[in-house]
Amino acid sequence: MTAPFPTHKQEEWRYADLDSLRPVWEQFAEPVTVTVGAGESLEEVWLPAADDVQLRRVQLALGEGATARIFALNSAPVYGRIELEVSLAEAAEFELFAANIGTGLSTNEIVTNVKHIGVGGRSRQTVRSVLNGKAVGSYLGKVEVARGAQQTDAEQSVKAMLLDRGATANAKPELEIFADDVKCAHGATVGELDAMQLFYAESRGLDPASARALLLQGFVMGLWDGASDAEPICAAARDALRRVVV
Amino acid sequence: MLEITNLHATIADKPILNGVSLHVPAGEVHAIMGPNGSGKSTLAYVLAGRPGYEVSEGGVSFEDRDLLAMEPHERAAAGLFLGFQYPVEIPGISYLQFLRESLNSQRRSRGEAELSAGDFIKLAREQAGLLGMDAEMLKRPVNVGFSGGEKKRAEMVQMGIMSPRFTVLDETDSGLDIDALKSVGAGINRIMRAPDKGVLLITHYQRLLDYVEPDRVHVLQAGRIERSGGPELARELEREGYAEAVA
Repeated sequence: MTAPFPTHKQEEWRYADLDSLRPVWEQFAEPVTVTVGAGESLEEVWLPAADDVQLRRVQLALGEGATARIFALNSAPVYGRIELEVSLAEAAEFELFAANIGTGLSTNEIVTNVKHIGVGGRSRQTVRSVLNGKAVGSYLGKVEVARGAQQTDAEQSVKAMLLDRGATANAKPELEIFADDVKCAHGATVGELDAMQLFYAESRGLDPASARALLLQGFVMGLWDGASDAEPICAAARDALRRVVV
Repeated sequence: MLEITNLHATIADKPILNGVSLHVPAGEVHAIMGPNGSGKSTLAYVLAGRPGYEVSEGGVSFEDRDLLAMEPHERAAAGLFLGFQYPVEIPGISYLQFLRESLNSQRRSRGEAELSAGDFIKLAREQAGLLGMDAEMLKRPVNVGFSGGEKKRAEMVQMGIMSPRFTVLDETDSGLDIDALKSVGAGINRIMRAPDKGVLLITHYQRLLDYVEPDRVHVLQAGRIERSGGPELARELEREGYAEAVA
């Protein structure tokens, strides 16, 4: 049975490009379920495909003490959506390092719902967007801490660079906390390149345009520093950046 | 080689340099000492062209060119290097990529051939080795996770790779333990002690000057050079303090 087609009234679909999604909805409708057993660990790298519309819906269940690290690049030419629902049992750890890179009229979005069920879980979500033209890049991240999930440590860091006046970044970290001994941090910035980094690079001989291109690369590539094999996603991100930074 | 004439500079309309005049001939090392807030770092940043540091009066000529008319990257290509007091972290970009692109950008603007990846790695390894830095660190993102001392040593590795004509070192000695201080001092002498090169060494303390003997020592206070002398002036300052020495 296919899930009902979403509407913009649903918060998690608010910024979605539903017109582009409709023709392909049937093939994507059901999420994929991934379970990481107690004490086990998972590392995945999600690269963009060549399709105009790309939708990845994953439900990730982490058992006691399990760890999962997801490295993702969302860079569809028309509409890309990464949707991730995560549940963490006691002492589980979840990390997401993801980027939206978009140009033209594209919409790319990362939508997460991280549920801390057990005690002492840790989640860290780091999302970077580089947008140009009239592109839209969004992060909607909900963190739920259940009543018994004390000592939860949840962190969301969202930063976007807009290279054009027409580009749009949406950042919406959302917290729902039912435990009293937790640490939930979130920060979101939309801005420009760091002036001191630019000056440092220029003082070494890079002209302003090259310094900017290099720093944008670093802004995104810093996400993959912890991946065991970062090269495929670095290469894909460099390609995507070349289309965006002209 | 570097001629600073009556230099006045402001940051956000606040005057910091109030008429600095200084001449560093080729082949010489000059030290600038002075208390906190005297304008030492501002002078370094003005020479390198940091945005927001406005020159309101005076000028700087570097090898008979108007230094202040050049953009920061043009100053680098002309052979000026600034060793930062607080080297900047750039996540996501390896030191090797950063320095290779920088060096090749300099070489292009001087009309020189670019270095191949292989030649560059050879040069970088050699310079890291000479400064006692593990060359593997150059594969890491620029200054990320480096200790204070490692950052300063990495600045000197950069200087070795760029091989500038003139270097301004802004408190390169701070954060260094005694072994690092010795190897950084030796690096400065090896890279910069030459008849056609010059050094402006900004420091609080005498200790780096034990390893890099200056030809001249200048005391900067309230944005002006208040006193100049030979190497013995640094020892006098160390002994008696700034207030006494310029009284």
